Amino acid sequence: MAEATHEVVHRHEAPKSFIRKYIFSLDHKVIGIQYILLALSAVVVGMLMSILMRVNLSWPGTHIKIMETLFPTGAPGGVMSPEFYLSLVTMHGTIMVFFVLTTAPQGGFGNYFLPIQIGAEDMAFPTLNMLSFWVTFVGFIVLLSAIFAEGNATVGAWFSKLGESFAAGSGTVGPIGGWTGYPPLSGLGKVAGPGQGAGVNLWVISIAIFCVGSLLGALNFITTLLNMRTRGMSMMRMPLTCWAWFTTAILALLSFPVLLGGGILLLLDRIAGTSFFIPGNLYVSGALQPLHNGGSPLLWQHLFWFFGHPEVYIAILPGMGATSHILSTFARKPIFGYRAMVFAIFAIGGLGFFVWGHHMFISGMSPYSAIAFSVLTLSIGVPSAIKTFNWLGTLWGARIRFTTPMLFALGFVSLFVAGGITGLVLGQTSLDFFFHDTYFVTAHFHLVMGVASIFGMFAATYFWFPKMFGRMMSESLGKFHFWITFIGVYAIFVPFHAMGMLGMPRRYANYGEYEFLKNSRSLVMFVTVAAIITVSVQIVFYFNFFWSMFKGKKATDNPWEATTLEWVIPSPPPHDNFAGHVPTVYHGPYEFSVPGAANDYIMQTEPEGAS
Amino acid sequence: MSAAAVTEKPVSVAYGNRYRIGAWLAIASILMLFTALVSSYIVRSASSNDWVPIGMPRVLWLSTSLILISSVTIEISRRSLKALDDAGYGRWLIVTVVLGLGFLGSQLIAWRQLARQGVYIATNPHSSFYYLFTAAHGLHLLGGLVALGYLVLRTTKKRDTVDGELRRVGAAGAATIYWHFMDGLWIGLFLLLFFWK
Repeated sequence: MAEATHEVVHRHEAPKSFIRKYIFSLDHKVIGIQYILLALSAVVVGMLMSILMRVNLSWPGTHIKIMETLFPTGAPGGVMSPEFYLSLVTMHGTIMVFFVLTTAPQGGFGNYFLPIQIGAEDMAFPTLNMLSFWVTFVGFIVLLSAIFAEGNATVGAWFSKLGESFAAGSGTVGPIGGWTGYPPLSGLGKVAGPGQGAGVNLWVISIAIFCVGSLLGALNFITTLLNMRTRGMSMMRMPLTCWAWFTTAILALLSFPVLLGGGILLLLDRIAGTSFFIPGNLYVSGALQPLHNGGSPLLWQHLFWFFGHPEVYIAILPGMGATSHILSTFARKPIFGYRAMVFAIFAIGGLGFFVWGHHMFISGMSPYSAIAFSVLTLSIGVPSAIKTFNWLGTLWGARIRFTTPMLFALGFVSLFVAGGITGLVLGQTSLDFFFHDTYFVTAHFHLVMGVASIFGMFAATYFWFPKMFGRMMSESLGKFHFWITFIGVYAIFVPFHAMGMLGMPRRYANYGEYEFLKNSRSLVMFVTVAAIITVSVQIVFYFNFFWSMFKGKKATDNPWEATTLEWVIPSPPPHDNFAGHVPTVYHGPYEFSVPGAANDYIMQTEPEGAS
Repeated sequence: MSAAAVTEKPVSVAYGNRYRIGAWLAIASILMLFTALVSSYIVRSASSNDWVPIGMPRVLWLSTSLILISSVTIEISRRSLKALDDAGYGRWLIVTVVLGLGFLGSQLIAWRQLARQGVYIATNPHSSFYYLFTAAHGLHLLGGLVALGYLVLRTTKKRDTVDGELRRVGAAGAATIYWHFMDGLWIGLFLLLFFWK
């Protein structure tokens, strides 16, 4: 590295004060960790809610002492009301989709590693980056406040003072309309039921705030990637992780504004008396609703799903990127079909904008539109299959190193296939007619969008932890965590398919009231037990994460013998990443087992002909 | 060429491009927001028979002229900066800010005129969209005004490094692009609200 001596070393010192360093930091690495911690907190709330739902489904009428204390209105005598259950469904979905699946993969790992992997010292707009995190954080606080506004009479009384539409304290933990918040009921206010007053207002406001935060982040990601790649880092030399974050950012940039627009309209319907989504002559809760006239509830569905479908890819594309990256590293082979992988990411992202109608097959849309949406939906199977076969091609004949990140990456492939395949079922209009609003749908999207994305993030966590904190996570705890979680999620979601085929409707607080579902009790119990075990085992992950941060084995700069730029610099990286040097890239990202090379991997910075 | 020169140049050029890329991305995103709202406008106008077009407040002609002129003035300002005419740059920037404030002022007058006629946001779907569009556009324009204000404050700073200079030119270019977009967006909304159909 003769040229390094000539280089202008232009160092940026880390800020000294605690607040600038850890709270309002401009450092993309600190902001990344803040996003990850936000997701790690949000996911706990989301998981606790899912356990409460399972308990209610398996043992309806159970008296839970603590519920009685916390929510005397929503759970009188410690027994959950059906509305309380519905609000759990809503909040679980909203928290998981927005504050876990959107924050950790992109805001968390993307923020931390995108600049490093392209050889930049920070994001293009550090202040904007800080803002995007804190805006998102405020969104989360607003969403959590819905829990207390509706669940706690005292807090509820404060919110009720804000006006008619903020009527609160109805005994739920938020709105009861599901994470899709379909009008007209979501637009009417408290007359539509418990949780539909302040709960929906806070929910919409939270999502609108979240949209703004994500948009700022997306703008920053794209600019950084286009503008700040180091010497030699051509687009086609970028790791697939960067391609995934790039595509995700484009999706976010174009889809979140549409949700924001829909959210504004819904909020105006609720607080300003407009009628964008609410039709006239509505008879709700035993009374005619005279305030509104002429709105179109379907309009919301279009706006929501125009965002909602790209959102699925916003959640999973970063996981695909991380999986590709990790599979190649531990298979010690170049990724199979790099170019095809790049095009497949773009194809999935692009097609994602033209398939929103498949969420609305039963809305009464024209059968011709339905066919178009159906064909486009099924065509996403092509780039998805390209990716899957390329992953398998990467593994083919490889001497695989079965580390914890590798196991989770393999788990991602498994879950993506298992969950994706039912997408082909639901994408057919005739089958969707039967499966719509059953547990089959819940099974599909939990596997492919929820759990697969989370596995991508687990893989990323175990893989990059040594770089982020300078210490290794425990491999044995990691493997234990992997196997129980992997078996656990299948044990939860495979029976969901069966329930769906039996016709069990989603979102029902008590399926036992229906004769044809009486026999599914054993299935439901099995899922509940599996869910409790799977959720409990996440304690091992949290322990491993925080314990290793301080007590883990010291990590070297490149513990996995990987090739990309983050492994050139110390673990953890200095404040300005490359210590004022501008790295030069000579190689593609996945040059493993190159014939004739000294090692079985060639770093991207290794000068040509040096080995 | 020494290695130092190689590292310096792209970094400096990058700053200018960075703001411009950011501006274009912001425009793409805002355009998506308004696409969603305009689609809703079109769908809603056809979904029932309660659509009563509101009369156009005459003062909107004033706001439209103001914002059109402001596009010219900001362009003059940008060209002055390019021609190294710092005084001209600052002067035309201030003129643009004044015109922008004038635009917002006349939009507010239009709101008051409508309110005096008893036309509020919930009066009928057309008025709902009218208030929504003007508010959403006005907020984004206000963001542009904040950026212009920042540029005005920075005109007092002397030209220093090549880096800082490129940054300044880049930021001015980005603000200009954004301002033109705000102009075009208003014209589009204005035509849609009062001349469509």
